[in-house]
Amino acid sequence: MTSDISGLSEIEKDAISEIANLGVSRAAASLRQMVGEQVLLSVPAVNIVSRSEAAALVERGSSPRLVAVRQSFEGPFSGRALLIFPEGQSLELVRSIVGEEHPLEDIIDLEQEALAETGNIILNACLATIANVLHKPMRMSLPSVVRGDGATMFGVGDTSEGDLVLFLYIDFTIKSRNIRGFIALMMDLPSIVALKEIVREFIEGIAKQSDIVG
Amino acid sequence: MVMVSAFRRLRPDWSLTEAVNADEALQVIANGAVDIALVDFNMPGTNGLDLVSRIRAVNPGMPVAVVSANVQDEIIARARELNAAFVAKPLTDEALGAFLSGAALRLRKSG
Repeated sequence: MTSDISGLSEIEKDAISEIANLGVSRAAASLRQMVGEQVLLSVPAVNIVSRSEAAALVERGSSPRLVAVRQSFEGPFSGRALLIFPEGQSLELVRSIVGEEHPLEDIIDLEQEALAETGNIILNACLATIANVLHKPMRMSLPSVVRGDGATMFGVGDTSEGDLVLFLYIDFTIKSRNIRGFIALMMDLPSIVALKEIVREFIEGIAKQSDIVG
Repeated sequence: MVMVSAFRRLRPDWSLTEAVNADEALQVIANGAVDIALVDFNMPGTNGLDLVSRIRAVNPGMPVAVVSANVQDEIIARARELNAAFVAKPLTDEALGAFLSGAALRLRKSG
């Protein structure tokens, strides 16, 4: 088991990706149910990066103007979960959820509320599944809608928090509507230490189960 | 928004009162015109489970559902302890309809 400079071994990264994948799959199933279209997911990427590197990752290949629904979570580890879209696509997403029959003016009126609720459903599906898998209850804040570039989303230059974060992101596509976005989870360094311990217990639990089965 | 439109679609003949926070909900219930409560887990200042426990203090038998995407085991278990149903979001007509039918049956039985 090798540990890279970031302090996460390969097996820890794999376990975190796998746990995140369970959460995001449930989130994708919720999104699929809301839009009635297939949602495609990428493999989760897990890295310890600076906040500005995290910002660059979500801006890559898309416009720097983003809209995100953000929720904080607290428990044995804490951080922020974000559902992020290029700004131009949020109206299209809301339209795909509330239905085509509503006129554009109504959709614009509904956008903020609908985005917050959509983010709430998707992020809760993801976080609650992770909490259930790890058997660690988490408290989630109310969702807030944030607009700006990647730096705004991730608090780049915010000196009250450390610069290095555990950054986990998955991109998703609603194929028939050409809507794409990211689900991102961000945790600060004290949380990474707590998460490593929980992941170690999780891996041991799996090993014990395989012993029983094997 | 979704809950209101699903409710109207399923039970167009029932009357619906919306409350924007826990105090308003308790006030509406205290006025005596409520038979069934649908409580979103997310609300300003408190959460749906705390509101349900306050409802239970005055209304032990009222059919109540907590509606949330926060499907953590502890939250579902807590709803059950409070004798409330848990209805997951995204809300489906099937899930809401099943709760409302069960609630109507309980209300008829209790007369």
